[in-house]
Amino acid sequence: MNITKNIHEWLFSLMPATTASIVEMVLIAVVYLGIFAVAGLYLVLLERKVAAWFQLRLGPNRVGYQGLLQTMADALKLVSKELTGTIKADKFLYNLAPYFVIITALMAISLFPFTQEFQAFDINIGIFFLIAISSIGVIGILLAGWSSNNKFALIGAMRSGVQTISYELSVGLSLLTMVLMTGSLQLSQIVEVQKHGWLIVQGHIPAVIAFMIYMIAGTAETNRAPFDLVEAESELGAGFHTEYSGMKFAYFFLAEFINMFIIASIATTVFFGAYLSPFGITENIPLLGVFWFLIKTLAIIFLMMWFRWTFPRLRIDQLLVLEWKYLLPLNLMNLIIMALMVLLGLTIQF
Amino acid sequence: MEKIVFYILALIMIVSAIASVSSRKMLRSVIYLLFVLIGVAGIYFLIDYNFLAAVQLTVYAGGIIVLVIFSVLLVHHIEMELEMAQLSKKILTGISCLIGLGLFLFIIYTNDFKVVENSKTTSVEAIGRGLLSYDSGGFILPFEVISILLLAAMIGAIIIGKGDKLTKNDDTL
Repeated sequence: MNITKNIHEWLFSLMPATTASIVEMVLIAVVYLGIFAVAGLYLVLLERKVAAWFQLRLGPNRVGYQGLLQTMADALKLVSKELTGTIKADKFLYNLAPYFVIITALMAISLFPFTQEFQAFDINIGIFFLIAISSIGVIGILLAGWSSNNKFALIGAMRSGVQTISYELSVGLSLLTMVLMTGSLQLSQIVEVQKHGWLIVQGHIPAVIAFMIYMIAGTAETNRAPFDLVEAESELGAGFHTEYSGMKFAYFFLAEFINMFIIASIATTVFFGAYLSPFGITENIPLLGVFWFLIKTLAIIFLMMWFRWTFPRLRIDQLLVLEWKYLLPLNLMNLIIMALMVLLGLTIQF
Repeated sequence: MEKIVFYILALIMIVSAIASVSSRKMLRSVIYLLFVLIGVAGIYFLIDYNFLAAVQLTVYAGGIIVLVIFSVLLVHHIEMELEMAQLSKKILTGISCLIGLGLFLFIIYTNDFKVVENSKTTSVEAIGRGLLSYDSGGFILPFEVISILLLAAMIGAIIIGKGDKLTKNDDTL
């Protein structure tokens, strides 16, 4: 973009190349941290509003206009809160755990193409990198559960591990199904292919099946209801973050919402053409890409919230049966059908 | 710039490798090991081999470490500490480590490494074609052997996991 180009040139004229590039990286990181915080806070607000709507309540409406500043106030409260912890916890791991969760979320967010040019890190293994990064996040949850020295936290962490390892397969395979059509793992390439129709249209039936599997598995990966066994309040208190308070709790809480944003963003990028407008109506205004990207992402996030406030929670055995006996075989079959379709040229392209 | 990044990575890896074997709490050792593995992934990124780096992250950091953590969660309590080794064992380990390190350094310093001029990123497509090609330089045979090995491992895991149940069902049939 023009602004970033100007800043880039200004920085390099001001200082030697090495320092300038480091400063540039730091600036980009700060910008992304900002996006991270704002997105996290407002997704929490959105969740509460949607929940209220589904339950015929008003939801937060006191702080700021229509309660828009509510989550800001909550965040300030959490920052100023005293950090309490148990004496018998493993302090080093206890303090380390939230950072695993939050850093992996932050790394994943840097990959998404918000517009053609607004993308921090366009690596050639894009989607694979996303899957790799998201598989590390679960370590934070396992550590948090174990180091708290609390049986509820431990059970929550174990469940989370089981759940994430199982559903990662489905996420990976359903994305692989779509990659068959693009022939590239790079996110910018994947968007490029979709200029001839979004992938969910190009791949029609198998693509829709892949999308449904992806949404189910994605919801499970973010540990949200109906798959929120990790923090099932009625059985486990607050699950793996029972012993966390103040800002450390907020890290877990924010990371959960950012993970939801990441899952929705991957879906937007892979299935719905990322920043591309429908039928190319605003193709000559590239800056509107952010708008389209966010609209699509928010629609998918709304779908996930809809799941949460509609379906009752699954039991742990039901959860595993769903993955290993239904989703995985279905996914493998879908992969083969998609491969045949691509081979025979049955995809729809405009 | 790249040199600095390399030295930072190397320092992290060495420090956490030593911490990993000297820590007396089991899960902490596992986490230090995780840092070493992530450091290796960082080195792969540094030499522009992105695919291998991502494989390292998924398989080692995301897969194996999670499994190790699982087994620690199942068998270990937070207040337990590992025993200190006997002095004779410590000395023996130290000597064998020094011999290994000496051999390693000797090979590194005597071998004449060539600097590759035209370094280029290996794409996923090239790796895929390499794996499935049956011309010279193709890896189709190892690929198939590995897939059979994995299948055998999976079937074995199911047999062990089902245990009694499987044989009982066989009897009723």
